[in-house]
Amino acid sequence: MQNALFQYLLRLGDTNLILSHRLAELCSRGPFLEEDIALTNIALDHIGQAEALLKYASEVEGRSRTEDDLAYLRNETDFRNCLLVEQPNTDFAYVIVRQFFIDVWQGLLYNALKNSKDETLAAMATRFAKETAYHYRHSGSWMVRLGQGTDESRARLERAFRDLWHYTGELFETDATEEKLSAAGIVPTSDALYPEWIAQINRVAGEAGLRLPATDYMASGGRVGMHTEHLGHLLAEMQYLQRAYPGAKW
Amino acid sequence: MPHTTNTQGPLWEVFTQKKSGQPFTHAGSVHAFDKEMAIENARDLYTRRGEATGLWVVPAEAIVAVQPDEAAPFFDPSDDKIYRYPTFYEVPEGAKNI
Repeated sequence: MQNALFQYLLRLGDTNLILSHRLAELCSRGPFLEEDIALTNIALDHIGQAEALLKYASEVEGRSRTEDDLAYLRNETDFRNCLLVEQPNTDFAYVIVRQFFIDVWQGLLYNALKNSKDETLAAMATRFAKETAYHYRHSGSWMVRLGQGTDESRARLERAFRDLWHYTGELFETDATEEKLSAAGIVPTSDALYPEWIAQINRVAGEAGLRLPATDYMASGGRVGMHTEHLGHLLAEMQYLQRAYPGAKW
Repeated sequence: MPHTTNTQGPLWEVFTQKKSGQPFTHAGSVHAFDKEMAIENARDLYTRRGEATGLWVVPAEAIVAVQPDEAAPFFDPSDDKIYRYPTFYEVPEGAKNI
């Protein structure tokens, strides 16, 4: 059971950590000052969530690896984040669509985790749910704004939506680790979140004038360490300092 | 004439309220394309560190203001009407309340 919980915490923690890094890449590169600050602010929420989750993961693991060791000293194949969050910031529409898919999913997940029999996880989920509600407000309103904006914003939004769509299936995969934790009342199974997720996506996509891609193909592999080509590059940058100067502190 | 494109939207003035019941005070301004975005941007810029429990945004163009060159006719006439200040009046000897 402890190992299942450790794996589960890594999935949630890594997803937040990698998404946070993607958003942090936009710091000083936002489309304008206010949006730059908004995205960086959301990045800070995600790294805060990652820190709490990985810290708890390290306690559960009980092998004296700290949350920093988990973040900075693991290799690509040891990361358990979903593939969606490692996708690059191709343009602003990609940033928003990626965030929107995650915000809806995290909103549902954290709300379900509030009732976890694991008190630590339940307390974290209660705090995270508030942050996520705000993230959703931000990304959801941008979805509609871009969809109803100019021809260009609409075209870019459609492209990002289509390209990122096949990374969403992974969010709802349920495996033995989850089944075990779910049976103990610690986590919801991911497939249980899907009906409400797709309903919310449909509603906002409708408002934005988007149609859901007619494809069944879904990419998968994040949970077993089979990542897209983007994660290695991201980690090279994120982990550089701790790799070059082991134990560096400031 | 040089072409400049406005890529950040119109200006909105931001007002924050420290505690319920207290007056809203001007905090600064943000750029945004619509109401929703204006209040979100204002939240991120001016209330991140627990500064407020209330937040208003107002389109800057909706604010009617006295222009600097009109300031004299607006405000100077009060200068020579000293009888508008309570200090102009002497309280009569023996009066307890006035």
